[in-house]
Amino acid sequence: MTGTEAPEALAVLDRDGLDALVAALVADGRTVVGPTVRDGAIVLAELASAAELPYGWGVELDAGRYRLVRREDGAAFAHSAGPQSWKSYLHPARERLWSADRTPEGDLSFTADEPEAPSYAFLGVRPCDLRAIAIQDGVLTGGRHTDGGYGKRRKRALLIAAECTEPGATCFCVSTGGGPAADAGYDLALTEVVDEGGHRFLVRVGSEEGARLLEQVPHRAADMVTDASARAAVDAARDRMGRALPPVDLRTLLGASLAAERWDDVASRCLTCGNCTMVCPTCFCTTTEEVTDLTGDHTERWQRWDSCFDLDFSYLHEGPVRSSGRARYRQWLTHKLSTWHDQFGTSGCVGCGRCIAWCPAGIDITEEVAALHAELETEKETER
Amino acid sequence: MNAPTLAVFKLASCDGCQLTLLDCEDELLALAGRVDITHFLEASSAVAPGPYDLTLVEGSVTTTEDAERVRAIRAASRHLVTIGACATAGGIQALRNFADVDEYRRTVYAHPEYISTLATSTPVSAHVDVDFELRGCPIDRRQLLEVITAFLAGRKPDVPNHSVCFECKRRGTVCVTVAHGAPCLGPVTHAGCGALCPAYGRGCFGCFGPSGSVNLPALIPLLRNGGASRSDSGKGGGGKRAGGLDEAAVERLLHTFNAAAFDKIDKEART
Repeated sequence: MTGTEAPEALAVLDRDGLDALVAALVADGRTVVGPTVRDGAIVLAELASAAELPYGWGVELDAGRYRLVRREDGAAFAHSAGPQSWKSYLHPARERLWSADRTPEGDLSFTADEPEAPSYAFLGVRPCDLRAIAIQDGVLTGGRHTDGGYGKRRKRALLIAAECTEPGATCFCVSTGGGPAADAGYDLALTEVVDEGGHRFLVRVGSEEGARLLEQVPHRAADMVTDASARAAVDAARDRMGRALPPVDLRTLLGASLAAERWDDVASRCLTCGNCTMVCPTCFCTTTEEVTDLTGDHTERWQRWDSCFDLDFSYLHEGPVRSSGRARYRQWLTHKLSTWHDQFGTSGCVGCGRCIAWCPAGIDITEEVAALHAELETEKETER
Repeated sequence: MNAPTLAVFKLASCDGCQLTLLDCEDELLALAGRVDITHFLEASSAVAPGPYDLTLVEGSVTTTEDAERVRAIRAASRHLVTIGACATAGGIQALRNFADVDEYRRTVYAHPEYISTLATSTPVSAHVDVDFELRGCPIDRRQLLEVITAFLAGRKPDVPNHSVCFECKRRGTVCVTVAHGAPCLGPVTHAGCGALCPAYGRGCFGCFGPSGSVNLPALIPLLRNGGASRSDSGKGGGGKRAGGLDEAAVERLLHTFNAAAFDKIDKEART
């Protein structure tokens, strides 16, 4: 993928065109990953064809609740806050980093694990997730110590965005500075339109690779009606966010709330199960484990997802630093919204709403932040 | 140097956990090449006396004889690892801890006078020092190999004590509570099984016992309500909702293989 100033061309694909697009990607040897229905949810999975997209399925969301619902319009991209994010592919849950063997002479020989990265094509990346990928790019490849595996997978990945026309009840991207429109970081951006004019996708080109791909599939030039409908649907989505973070400086708020009583309240409801961090598209923490085999002559180092909710995550000589649920939830939220700025220059939250929907206990990040804000305001009032 | 000796003993249990050792089909030969299995009645009646370098103990202590025997086993073992829900938490037989054992005895046996038993079923760690507790009903084959391998290498076993949710998310299983309202003990249960039950669409029933970080008071309302959604649950109603469990069913869910362990945590949370 190239920079953000790639020429913007507008085209329209119909459903056959989308079929052809996926077929072209598959023929190109790419691993196409996109949304599909499995186990009562719209999950991300490898797609063999566009027919596997969740045509006619939507979702009903609430804190701690996700239900598939049928849609009359047959739309493929009218859903949000699925149970996984793209990090499952770019930053997988388990990855072998290297192995070592004892040679017959008794020395150790080390072998770095450098498998050829798959050539992914992600189909249906939400604008919130485009931002999340950009944040993980910064975290995992932007500093002095880069994650080589992530870098290779990311470099080869083609991103086809699907703008958001159907935000869910747990969505709040607008209040994190984002929005339902894809503005950067994609090769192609689709906007789904279903009306009397038919079921079609307005396509914007974001890179040369995207332009080349579009040339391979039957499409037509964008007409004004499709263009206007697409823009109107995305604009309307902006005003239909189910939730919002309070419009205050969150970095300062969290920094000033370290001793808040609200942390005890949320800790009483928090299961410390780690689900929020696993579904978060920006949470990147991993741990490494050395695994030996029975012979004792072979060892492997594996990297795997970890979480600040895991007691082992802060385990230092003889005990975890953050043993209470309060300390762990506070660490997560404070890092996500405040110290992330200090560390990486941005917020760590894109407002995708996954942590709200997939928290079994239904803890709502926007509600917690609002409560912290209210507590701080009350405190200020009392001081006056 | 002689190979380290491995012994396997059983107390009150079903044998399923020690059979996991025989179930290590692909690795069994390699294991037999690394250790000298000197006491394993499930595999061979030829047994050798201790001391043993590594001893695996299955089962809970339910008789005075076993309470004495486990002390002798400990004395003969350099490293003692308990395996399974019985040995680590008292097992399903610890249900007697919440009941009148004499009544059980009269109900179950035609001649209760022949039965000599303790009033409680307790984990091995309640009687002797234990070097490591491997959870599960039954234990997981890969984890057993990991514990033995770690012992051979003199390192800490890679057996995380976080929740089953970690395993569900790592393998990409859709949360059965959030997506289906299914009662699931995953958020409070020790990982290790690889999130087996949710992968087949059913809730976790806690056979690995409590995780290292349990908040039961936060989980119980979810079991009762069939999930968390506040939009259609009466606040403080106490009644059950579609997909939810009534009080007795919640108690039953927590009172299985690790009843005593969950009960201990429940009591701690209430005080």
